[in-house]
Amino acid sequence: MSAQTLTPSGAPAGSGAPARAPRLSALRPGVVLSALVLLTALAWALLPGVFTAQSPTASVGASLQAPSAEFWFGTDATGRDVFARVVHGASHSITAAVVAVAVGLVVGTTLGVIAGSVGGFVEEALMRLVDMLLAIPGLLLSLSVVILLGFGTTNAAIAVGITSIATFARLSRSRVISVRRSEYVEAAFGSGGTLPAILWRHILPNSAAPVIALAALQLGSAILQISTLGFLGYGAPPPTPEWGLLIAEGRDYVATAWWLTLLPGLVVAAVVLATNRLSSAIGQGESA
Amino acid sequence: MAYVRRRIGGALLVLVLAFIAAYILLAALPGDAVLARYGNPDLGLTAAQLAEIRAAYGADRPQLVQFFETAGSFLRGDLGYSIQSGAAVSALLAEALPSTLTLAALGLVSAVALAVAIAITATHPGLRGHRAARALRNLLRGLPPLMVSLPVFWIGIVLIQVFSFQLGLVPVLNAGPIESLILPVATLAIPIAAPLAQVLIRSIDEVLAQPFVSVARARGATNTWLLSRTVARNAVLPALTMAGLLFGELVGGAVVTEAVFGRMGVGQLTAQAVAARDTPVLLAVVVISTVVFVLINLVVDLLYPVLDARLRRSDAAAPTRRAAVAVR
Amino acid sequence: MTTHHETWTPEQLEHPARPESAAHTEQSGQSEHSAQPQPLLDVTGLRIAYRTRRGQVEAVRGIDLSVARGSVTALVGESGSGKSSAAQAVIGLLAENGAVTGGSIALTGADGVREELVGLPERAWRELRGTRIGLIPQDPTSSLDPVRTIGASVGDPLRIHGWRDRERIEARVIELLERVGLDDPATRARQYPHELSGGMRQRVLIAAALALEPELLIADEPTSALDVTVQATVLDLIDELRVATGAGVLLITHDLAVAADRADTLVVLRGGTVEEAGPTGKVLAAPSAEYTRTLLSDAPSLRQIVDRAPHRPTAGEAPLVRVRDLRQEFHRRGSGEPFVAVDDVSFEIPRGTTHALVGESGSGKTTTGRAIAGFRAPTAGSVLVGDTEVTQLGTGKRLREFRSTVQLVHQNPFGSLDPRQSISAILEEPLRNTRRGNRAERRSAALHHLELVALPLEVASRRPRELSGGQRQRVAIARALILQPEVVVLDEAVSALDVTVQAQILRLLARLQDELALTYVFISHDLAVVRQVADTVTVMRRGQQVESGEVGRVLEDPHHEYTRQLLAAIPGTERAWGHHHRATTDRAESGRSTPVPHESAPGGHRRTASSEEITAS
Repeated sequence: MSAQTLTPSGAPAGSGAPARAPRLSALRPGVVLSALVLLTALAWALLPGVFTAQSPTASVGASLQAPSAEFWFGTDATGRDVFARVVHGASHSITAAVVAVAVGLVVGTTLGVIAGSVGGFVEEALMRLVDMLLAIPGLLLSLSVVILLGFGTTNAAIAVGITSIATFARLSRSRVISVRRSEYVEAAFGSGGTLPAILWRHILPNSAAPVIALAALQLGSAILQISTLGFLGYGAPPPTPEWGLLIAEGRDYVATAWWLTLLPGLVVAAVVLATNRLSSAIGQGESA
Repeated sequence: MAYVRRRIGGALLVLVLAFIAAYILLAALPGDAVLARYGNPDLGLTAAQLAEIRAAYGADRPQLVQFFETAGSFLRGDLGYSIQSGAAVSALLAEALPSTLTLAALGLVSAVALAVAIAITATHPGLRGHRAARALRNLLRGLPPLMVSLPVFWIGIVLIQVFSFQLGLVPVLNAGPIESLILPVATLAIPIAAPLAQVLIRSIDEVLAQPFVSVARARGATNTWLLSRTVARNAVLPALTMAGLLFGELVGGAVVTEAVFGRMGVGQLTAQAVAARDTPVLLAVVVISTVVFVLINLVVDLLYPVLDARLRRSDAAAPTRRAAVAVR
Repeated sequence: MTTHHETWTPEQLEHPARPESAAHTEQSGQSEHSAQPQPLLDVTGLRIAYRTRRGQVEAVRGIDLSVARGSVTALVGESGSGKSSAAQAVIGLLAENGAVTGGSIALTGADGVREELVGLPERAWRELRGTRIGLIPQDPTSSLDPVRTIGASVGDPLRIHGWRDRERIEARVIELLERVGLDDPATRARQYPHELSGGMRQRVLIAAALALEPELLIADEPTSALDVTVQATVLDLIDELRVATGAGVLLITHDLAVAADRADTLVVLRGGTVEEAGPTGKVLAAPSAEYTRTLLSDAPSLRQIVDRAPHRPTAGEAPLVRVRDLRQEFHRRGSGEPFVAVDDVSFEIPRGTTHALVGESGSGKTTTGRAIAGFRAPTAGSVLVGDTEVTQLGTGKRLREFRSTVQLVHQNPFGSLDPRQSISAILEEPLRNTRRGNRAERRSAALHHLELVALPLEVASRRPRELSGGQRQRVAIARALILQPEVVVLDEAVSALDVTVQAQILRLLARLQDELALTYVFISHDLAVVRQVADTVTVMRRGQQVESGEVGRVLEDPHHEYTRQLLAAIPGTERAWGHHHRATTDRAESGRSTPVPHESAPGGHRRTASSEEITAS
């Protein structure tokens, strides 16, 4: 059973006792499993050749074979190895997701930190800009960006990244503001500190953890959104083994070849679930 | 009253900004819609003919003039013309809207029902005792994170696979109007129910940990009494702020669901517009969704003080008490 | 709002009057003699354990206590003593991971039927809660549902226990609100918790607890979140209702002085076991346990806890701090009228002395202290520290240089230290900010200051979360001192600490003042502490300076009514009200060296509630 039901809410340890951090909580089985899943996916992305000897784009066997010992995920209509395509697809999907998160993280956090630490008119203006980004439904915003930039994995990644700017900006701003109000920051000002020094020494380190947790969460959601754009046909062109496109191609054989859609979809779900789990572990580890 | 005025002002400002952004993205930057459609050399139009067409569409005037014209015509309800088909965008939307609205409304209702059912069962304090009950509780708590991790289009395909092809429960071809809605509604409901259930579970957990809940218990309250009288109202407040976000999910979900199931509707219209780079259609869809989004958030903002008396004061700020620190 | 005995329901009259004598013969013996009436609540050998990741943790290890009908038993202990766990067990509401692992909790009704509560099924518990056992919770702010009206909350126990008639419920709610001394109960019933002051909210919670006239009231730190004058009125109200209904009260408190005033029987807890139990007078006069003696000697309102010679200003020397006509306004959003936090405050502090700023919440004492430390430029007035006009420093380099002269120590040692820094980094930071010394010199200065505040040197490499509250506050003091300031502003610097820790910190502060010739601005709500550590005092109320002068003069011969109210409200001192003579005997025996206020406010201190209630509504 999970340990999270054991929070001693009314427990005897009061304010007087030194709180020992439950550092070990980061090593719960679910978290370990999630880390393994994510590491595997990363390894696929970086070194696909280690995991499969097959080419992702060449026909290697009869078409539409069910999963077997030779072809773990079966073969598709043109006889390509689906497992090899999933493994090689990792580099497209995960790289794109990383690009998307980087766009959101860098732009959003910069906006948020500036708004939170400068305040006043600058904050007001930046936050209206963020409100505006939030007001356009995510998929429509990324479609608008895709229409402007053109189709392709990188463009889809940028489009998805732009939709997450607002979330990063809001979170980092609220963190900066709450840390700024804390007494230890006041104490640092009170001992003669300057804003840049305090920003660097106290505010940024103490604001970082939730932002990192959000980045992990966004990594999963970026994988989903990029695969959605790929599925709709706005991402990489065929025969690129991008995950969304892979599932879209299998859709025509849904009546006869279940493995074409089911197995790649499960891989996507597993990776996204793993990032979500890790994200909440990061968030919890911080608040504990 | 000052609160209402401030909220309405803020909503209008965001609306104007979003319109400007959408216009820049979809009308100003892509350049000339006329060139995009008629500039293809295969059509064999001469430069003079192109200029004539551009003049007819008003595409040869300064950007700023065009912006205000577009803004003006949107305000009058004139959403422009599709580049692809030449039809009025408002006519296209009017045709596609009923199907999408049906899908979205049913999807939303099922999603809310699903989310509430999951959240209440997963947080019910009565389910803490027995081992089996605890297992069910943990299972239900794991469900929303799983549901948000599934690609929407994949859910649709798997549902078709299972219910239509494996089990033969829902026909794919020649389905009646109701039968053809079952799977799309389910596809749409799952990704919307998931975040809602997560927020509900979190906020119910938080409310249950509040001292006023223990106090109600100390007065002899049963779990059901607690949930219906005390927890429900307090926990619904954070869920309300999700309304805008859920609408965004609904729009995105409709695009994907209609693509998967081949249903005609606003989502399909949007997808086709992107594929054909038909910017006027996309601009209209973006602007209308943004208006709805801003309206929903405005309603939620105005509803909040009605549900939570603490926000009714004009100088409403979170009440701060010195006690909190000293007592802990 | 006089008490309305005539509106009190007739049921209460069935309860026996308070058996004065029984209360004193009951507490130690759970004698099974049929002649002796069973106590209302009888706890024997109670053990409570919590399941945690580190296995079973036993919070309560076999405690005995009893509450007699119509009397008060106080469970006294510091944080972690297990007092709250014991109280939760008595009402059957331990945290999810807690369980009673041994012993017995028995409730004996007026009919003499003894009922064992340990192992009672949840259903039976629910029928008991609210009807026979009532709870007055700790924090009135979070204990009322914020989105429901006062009337709805007070009516809850009635509806839970089967009342259906709307009008009858409404009438009872208004009767109860009137009973606990709220003016205009019909209006109050329609208001929401945030519209009421803390004291009023606690009255509302008391009304709800009393709705079905339980035989046993558990008051879990009922006043620790309230201002002192309000605390006194709320405790009076509980006393009064106990007398009227004949209920027994189990009072949970960290404050020995409150227990001394209010309880017939004291049970002193520490680490989950009973250190000492007995009649209040006896325990206070002749404590048998070493721990009780420590608690007593550390309670500022009962004993002299700091040996400190008064500091006299050197003749002819100008005062170090001069505050003149200080005014601070805050602008409220959505309202044109500014809120005046501090209005026309003036005082002077000679070098090397301690000046106390005393007042309740909202008095402006903290705002004044922060103006001296240069954290906020006041709207008007002047603050001179030495030759520096603090109000004219601006926000740049001059202000940063001034920081070396005046340092501020915050109330909450959990919030004032960066959780990510090591203690040595925290101590070295002021030196880095002011570019003093090289790395090695800063390091040795940090270690030296750890020594100064009596912390072991190995603390240097630890993080704040690894330290206790008292240790953290020592670190905060060391950080304030490392810049060698002349003035230290202590903003409620000991208020969040347990009494024994508070006493240690106060002694440390006194020693440091002598060694380093420091000048203190001591901000506090606690006159008992102020009396012992300050030389001069300014009493503040709602931004106004009520009285200012030498501590001895102000506290012995208060000129202002409010000062008298504050003095009367100090728990542990003799009151005009009630029947607590034991406090008197205790004082005579302990031979306290500080003078005791001569009298409390005429007409009793209960009237002070009105002032506080006006403020908040």
